[in-house]
Amino acid sequence: MGQIKKGQWAIGLVCIILGLMIAVQFRTTSDIKESLGYQRMEDLTLQLNKTEKERAALQEELGKLRTKLANGEGVSGEVDKLRMEAGLTEVAGPGVTLILDDSKRSRQPGENPNLYLIHDDDLLKVINELRAAGAEAISINDQRLLAMSEIRCAGPTLSVNNSRSAPPYEIRAIGNPQTLENSLKMRGGVLETLQFWGIQVTLKTNDSLTIPAFKGTYRFEYAQPVKGGQV
Amino acid sequence: MTLPIIGLALGLLIGILSPISIPPAYAKYMSVALLASLDSVFGGLRSALDDKFDNMIFITGFFSNALLAALLVLVGDKLGLDLYFVALLAFGMRIFQNLAIIRRHFIKR
Repeated sequence: MGQIKKGQWAIGLVCIILGLMIAVQFRTTSDIKESLGYQRMEDLTLQLNKTEKERAALQEELGKLRTKLANGEGVSGEVDKLRMEAGLTEVAGPGVTLILDDSKRSRQPGENPNLYLIHDDDLLKVINELRAAGAEAISINDQRLLAMSEIRCAGPTLSVNNSRSAPPYEIRAIGNPQTLENSLKMRGGVLETLQFWGIQVTLKTNDSLTIPAFKGTYRFEYAQPVKGGQV
Repeated sequence: MTLPIIGLALGLLIGILSPISIPPAYAKYMSVALLASLDSVFGGLRSALDDKFDNMIFITGFFSNALLAALLVLVGDKLGLDLYFVALLAFGMRIFQNLAIIRRHFIKR
């Protein structure tokens, strides 16, 4: 193949660059594939939407079945009472509504932005205070709080009963409105501390508010009822 | 014919050993530029076989092809047109044409 003589050097030089480009491109492509990829993101979004729709439909069905159960089985007041205690029925009564939103105050340079956001422990303090003041039913952003409900940070959002919501948080509590209000507004209490950081607090007492029923399900996998008080 | 192959191997070696990586957003440009240079190399081989090889034309062709292709993709991105495929198609076709001519050169003998 002695025919190619003239351009050998130039072609060889260009081939070096070509090889370099191929190697870099190869690495980049494998990098993209490793990091879950662009197309995959779209796929996942679609899947998420679908699943959320499915969940909504199932929740609706669950609600229907529960009302059916409640209507059909008019056993006794005992069951209804237990269901109310367990948070499985919507309840109404006097109480307070508290709306918390992140701080609008402009942050000084160098300050920790976390101080101006609402965290799970802030809400836990509020909830604790409400419970101490005798709140009978509490919900956060329409999620009924049960004995097993968690309140925890999930990134920038808050997870209650495994469903996430973003600020503003609306906390509703049924109980004696005066007692509840006073417990929150106590000098040096929860709300004062939150307001110090500029967190926007709106507290209202209501003569009648409704708190939705617990929308999820729960099972006891490990706990067993003990009869007769012996283990 | 040995020198281009050695060059290619050398380039690959440098590329693999060095930690160069480009952000995924630019991967498109890189791939078009890659195809453009591949086209240039085939074009160069072909003209060398035709005994019409000219250093200046080859080198300028290499760089202008790669740059123009990348520019085309950029403009396409801004306009929302997939000019990316135009470049791919044009270079792909030329590569095959050049390959066919190179093949004929070898078979003739």
